[in-house]
Amino acid sequence: MTLDWKIGGLALGLVFFAAVLLVKPIGVSTQFVILDGVLWDAVDPAVVTQTADGYTATNAYLAKSGGKYAKAVANPLNYSFVFVLAMLAGGAASVWQRGGVGPAERRVPELWRANFGDSPVKRYAAAFAGGFIVLYGARLAGGCTSGHMMSGMMQTAVSGYLFAAGAFAAAVPTALMLYKEEA
Amino acid sequence: MEIILALVIGGAFGAVLDRIGASNPNVIGRMLNLTNLKLMKAILLAIGVGSVLMFGGQMLGMVDVGHMSVKTAYLGVFAGGLLLGVGWALAGYCPGTGVVAAGAGRRDAFAFIAGGLLGAAAYMATYPAIKATGLLDAILGGNATLGTVPGTDYPGLTGLPGDTLGIVLGLVFVAVAFVLPERIIRKDTRLPAE
Repeated sequence: MTLDWKIGGLALGLVFFAAVLLVKPIGVSTQFVILDGVLWDAVDPAVVTQTADGYTATNAYLAKSGGKYAKAVANPLNYSFVFVLAMLAGGAASVWQRGGVGPAERRVPELWRANFGDSPVKRYAAAFAGGFIVLYGARLAGGCTSGHMMSGMMQTAVSGYLFAAGAFAAAVPTALMLYKEEA
Repeated sequence: MEIILALVIGGAFGAVLDRIGASNPNVIGRMLNLTNLKLMKAILLAIGVGSVLMFGGQMLGMVDVGHMSVKTAYLGVFAGGLLLGVGWALAGYCPGTGVVAAGAGRRDAFAFIAGGLLGAAAYMATYPAIKATGLLDAILGGNATLGTVPGTDYPGLTGLPGDTLGIVLGLVFVAVAFVLPERIIRKDTRLPAE
């Protein structure tokens, strides 16, 4: 079911190479901001506005770097946003093709269950809080595991090494504290 | 054309993340608590393979150097990495793998994405205050690479040839992938000593 790490690692490396060969390095976390912007702009169309030479926004973050996020919010059918939607579809197709994830596992993952019990509410609360911290951190860092760690270190980017050092320095002690029972 | 590439490469990326177990929070938890490092080995191998192919292709003139995109280094990169690390361990997802896991029907992945959208919105709201702290000011040469990559404007942290260094480091990543043990924490270490 799970590929041997040598085959899996080679396949993953080829995908990252194909991206930089054909278009640009892979990144994901920016698209959470773009989706937020799309939702926000749907509620309040005054958020993103077209200017003489592009787009701008009332929000300083969407307006930064010459309004490139504002532009993506105005035109969500762009490469980076469609890329993330395709990830969802590709992942779903792969899971379906190998027979799917079982109902108990979909409800509460087994390692979590072994350490914190079978309460879905507790698990979803933790996943929600985790998601909040992950995306706040990724936006502060300017990238996530894909953009900084994988694409960045692959390009010998100093920022990629800096990010990976921070991510593992926090993730390993946290996991050692949380997951004492094995499953 | 770009949209077709987005569908093909994005779809392949999602499928591979599923097949290596990166979108399975159990696999992430076992990697980060150092009881099963097979995924870490796959990640290291992938970085190495990507690096060797990209810089090798550049030296042969087959890969456009202009496709590189190096992000700026600033203190917030490290601080944000710390935050991401805590959430990654807690949820078992990072932004990309959370999306793939939602595609797998994992219910907690939808909670992760909802939390992520709120976290990203919180950053959008606090961005001016964060910027005012100086956390976003460039350090270590800004958008620098470890060597100096020919044909780019990225500053080199060292004067070493960036493409050759990229291949050497890529091979180091591959070697570390093979040398890294599959398990660091032994099963018995948490039992009381007899």
